[in-house]
Amino acid sequence: MSSETIALTPHAVATPSLAERLHGWVTTVDHKRIGIMYIGFALIFLVIGGIEAVIMRMQLALPNNDFVSPQVFNRMFTMHGTTMIFFVAMPVLFGFGNYTVPLLIGARDMAFPRLNAFSFWLTVFGALLLYFSFVGGFGLYGAGNAPDVGWFAYAPLTSKVFSPGHSSDFWSLGLLVSGFGSIGTAVNLITTIACMRCPGMTLGKMPLFAWMNLVMGAMVISAISPLTAAQIMICLDRYTGAHFFDTQAGGSAVLWMHFFWIFGHPEVYVLIIPSFGFLSEIVPVFSRKPMFGYPVMVAATVSIGFISFTVWAHHMFTVGMSTYGNTFFVISTSIIAVPTGIKIFNWLGTMWGGKIQFRVPMLFCIAFLFQFLIAGLTGIMLGSAPFNWQLSGSYFVVAHFHYVIVGGILFATFGGFYYWFPKMTGKMLSETLGKWHFWLFFIGFHLTFDFMHIPGLLGMPRRVYTYEAGRGWETWNQIVSVGALFQGVAILIFVFNMAWSYWKGKDAGNDPWDAWTLEWTTTSPPPEYNFATIPTVYSRRPLWDVKHPEDPDWKYE
Amino acid sequence: MSSTTLTPPPIETPWILPSRGRVGMFCLIAAETAIFTIFVVAYVYYIGKSISGPTPREVLEIPIFNTICLLSSSLTIHLAISALRKGNRGAFTGLWALTIALGAIFLIGTGREWHHLIYEKGLTIQTNLFGTTYYSLVGLHAFHVTVGLFGLSLVLAFALLGWLQQEHAYRVDVLSLYWHFVDVVWIVVFTVVYLLGR
Amino acid sequence: MKNTHYARASRTKSNTTLLVRVGSEAFFVLLCALVVAAEPHDPSLVPNIFKPESTPADHIYGVALFVLTVTGAIFVTVFSLLVYAIVRYRAKPDDDAHEPAQVYGSNQIELAWTVIPVLIVVMLFLATARVIAQIQDAPPPPGTINVTAIGHQFWWEFRYPDLGVVTANELHVPVSDPADPTPTFLKLLSADTDHSFWVPRLAGKTDLIPNRINNTWIDPHHTGLYLGQCAQYCGTQHGLMLLRVYVDSRADFDAWVHAQAAPAIAASSDSNSEAGYGRKVFESTSCINCHAVKGTIADGRFGPDLTHLMSRKTIASGAADNSPENLKKWVQNPDSIKPGSLMPAMRLTEKDLDALTAYLLTLR
Repeated sequence: MSSETIALTPHAVATPSLAERLHGWVTTVDHKRIGIMYIGFALIFLVIGGIEAVIMRMQLALPNNDFVSPQVFNRMFTMHGTTMIFFVAMPVLFGFGNYTVPLLIGARDMAFPRLNAFSFWLTVFGALLLYFSFVGGFGLYGAGNAPDVGWFAYAPLTSKVFSPGHSSDFWSLGLLVSGFGSIGTAVNLITTIACMRCPGMTLGKMPLFAWMNLVMGAMVISAISPLTAAQIMICLDRYTGAHFFDTQAGGSAVLWMHFFWIFGHPEVYVLIIPSFGFLSEIVPVFSRKPMFGYPVMVAATVSIGFISFTVWAHHMFTVGMSTYGNTFFVISTSIIAVPTGIKIFNWLGTMWGGKIQFRVPMLFCIAFLFQFLIAGLTGIMLGSAPFNWQLSGSYFVVAHFHYVIVGGILFATFGGFYYWFPKMTGKMLSETLGKWHFWLFFIGFHLTFDFMHIPGLLGMPRRVYTYEAGRGWETWNQIVSVGALFQGVAILIFVFNMAWSYWKGKDAGNDPWDAWTLEWTTTSPPPEYNFATIPTVYSRRPLWDVKHPEDPDWKYE
Repeated sequence: MSSTTLTPPPIETPWILPSRGRVGMFCLIAAETAIFTIFVVAYVYYIGKSISGPTPREVLEIPIFNTICLLSSSLTIHLAISALRKGNRGAFTGLWALTIALGAIFLIGTGREWHHLIYEKGLTIQTNLFGTTYYSLVGLHAFHVTVGLFGLSLVLAFALLGWLQQEHAYRVDVLSLYWHFVDVVWIVVFTVVYLLGR
Repeated sequence: MKNTHYARASRTKSNTTLLVRVGSEAFFVLLCALVVAAEPHDPSLVPNIFKPESTPADHIYGVALFVLTVTGAIFVTVFSLLVYAIVRYRAKPDDDAHEPAQVYGSNQIELAWTVIPVLIVVMLFLATARVIAQIQDAPPPPGTINVTAIGHQFWWEFRYPDLGVVTANELHVPVSDPADPTPTFLKLLSADTDHSFWVPRLAGKTDLIPNRINNTWIDPHHTGLYLGQCAQYCGTQHGLMLLRVYVDSRADFDAWVHAQAAPAIAASSDSNSEAGYGRKVFESTSCINCHAVKGTIADGRFGPDLTHLMSRKTIASGAADNSPENLKKWVQNPDSIKPGSLMPAMRLTEKDLDALTAYLLTLR
């Protein structure tokens, strides 16, 4: 026998073609890729929703303007609201949850990876269905028949009588489909957190961002379902002649409001609670201290989750409920302010005595604290029913909820972007561009939404495509419109930053922020299996224990 | 530099967390409960508010036989899974088929009730608020029964093909949770529609 | 091993960061003040909720001031603490690399900042609840004027059932003297979708919802014109469903009622005048399907009552001044003034249009 060795030609790994790469992404069930797709999808719709907002602001910059017709304006505010809530805010938060939760809890993937992918594609399909209405909706007004009933689609405006054509159908069906996607993701998040934590990670040792996702998941399951039910009812009304909201047959328009807001109010907490999660991860790291009052933060979040289901009719103070009804909802709305305030104080307590580093993620979080404080206080104003009778349905409310959603949720989400982009891509985002993004957006945000409160106080209702001169609203509207442009530029800088840093950014390494949770123990980006070995944890900050073996957290917790 | 090795506190061993299938199914059941709750609320809210047309008392007959069939199917499915756990695949297949049959009888009964209401009593979803809320609530439930039967039939097919083993008892049990849920919903719907609403 | 390369970059910028932050907030306040002075308008027409002219609006103003004071105090406190924290505890350039003291929490502090907010909340609630009852459960005194307001897409129908008056869009009410109150109580109904009656200086808003009866009331303290508009999105022309409330002296109000309750001072269709011919046009086209003119055969309910059309200052629920040119424009093509309004374009010939306008001008 010969002792020749055959030199084996190593199998050359072919560079995957574009088609193969796309196929990989489309068929993936890896939570990290699905998370990134959710985030990318949300960014696209952020830009689209932003364009819809700019169109509205250009129409409202001057009184009696005719930049767009009332029909187009009404479609703009409907689509802007629907898009931003369902196709920007929810997907971006689901995306971050999907990406980070398994890493935070030391798992290899989500509990149901295929359900995960299915939920994502349902969301995409729902969005495409809704946006198809712009080109394919046909009816009394021809093509370009996007829904124009407002994002809360009050009955009987959505009945066939007042919404002929198919625009309202695109609204209800598009959201119905993506609603199933949301419920699927929520089921996945809850199951993952309940069943796949690494050894030693009791619920009391889980990072707060994971806790927020758990509470958010439970709320999505309980809140989206009422909307699903109500949308089925609209479809039945419109197509089978049912009378759920048909006031001519004895149906009740107010019943729709109850059903919608039983979804709608918890929904806004669904959005803010993961945003709280961003803060609870970022503020400690950049203050160089642990989260102050972790158990209280958990308890406060869970109470917010529950109480949020008891406040819904504060959106209905003007519909003529009895004195008892109105009073009850004033109480519940006031109560929810307490746990919410406690959280702000706890972040303050985390910063107190620390060594605060003003890196970009922290800048966004600090701005959040100021802005969410103000938003919460205007919320208290709105929660006082008599005051609400003046403020509701006006630009004061529009200013309030944008303060929460943009000033709160979006700022916190930007913080999350800058914090976790290095983990997701292995590159740091440019700090300089980040600061430009932050300051331009901050200025634009305040120009727009601080001054937006004033027309509300001066009697300007919302959802008006134009307004009379001489009511004292003109200058304020102009300032508000100018702010929108600053924000637009800031977003462009942000998108450019991400693209540029992806190719040219500094290498991040495993742990660029010197942080303490499990995702920073693995590579950036993590391998498909997340961790070489599943870790065992003994405290809330496992990496702190590794870095400070002489002074580990588990000695004090 | 001294390095006193500190010993962390012991963690719970073995590290056992709830099973994914059960938790996932409970979450799904929670979501479905919320959907049904809204339809029940609509039904209760509109009791007595129809401005014309037949009232429940005039047209509804209490479906006792159907109810007994459906509720018994919860018992048979439970027995089927117990049998499978003990490895008795034959008994499992028989009891499982019986469950499906009982569910099918329920659906057929509902269909016949609806036929009677539509063609003989003149009650449709369009007729009045009672018609709207009745057909949507009972219909939503019947839809869930149908989906359940579909799932159960798949399992039956696997069993008949010989693919189902004793170790699959856990997965089949998760499916049975859904079936029990459907039965509990029927108890609520039955009470609201046929007892309270009349 | 800790990365220290990033720490330095942040330290040099932290002071500027702070300055820019505080500076920009101050800038906004200044901008605010400058802008207020610059705007040309008649201040009395600005529907400012902080300039109440009627008891419900007064009560709300009181609650608002209280809530603003409390929230203002909370804001100042927390804002100051936040600013202090980010200034005092920022990472300094000459720092050692040690981590600060790792504090995990404090039960006493948590208790304090739970109990204090609860007390504040209880206080707010008590102040609010009282006013809810004050406004919603106020009984109508003997001198009350009753009005039924019916919301339509996109105009307001006002009926005075006790006085036999039917009008549209412009509400007339008497001024109310606290010693002998003559408030106006409005029953709110809707003919189609949801609307909301909002005249900020007179009361908070209340919705008009189909198949539901709501109520509101006003007792204006001074005569004058008060502006408002629909505050619940009701369809395409929600934006121009405007409200004008004329608060008249008692004498003026009575005179107005007297004039409104009378049948139309319409030109006779027998006369040879242009207005007479116009009346023939009005009564033979579909105008009478929607509009009513009391004392003639026109008895439509879908659109505004035109019996005393010329007593109103505006047409199309405030979208345009009530002038002959606008009347012509409106009748010929409502979309030219209020695109999406439910009145169809009448497409009359020039002659018929002129005559019809002349007829409308006689409806004083």
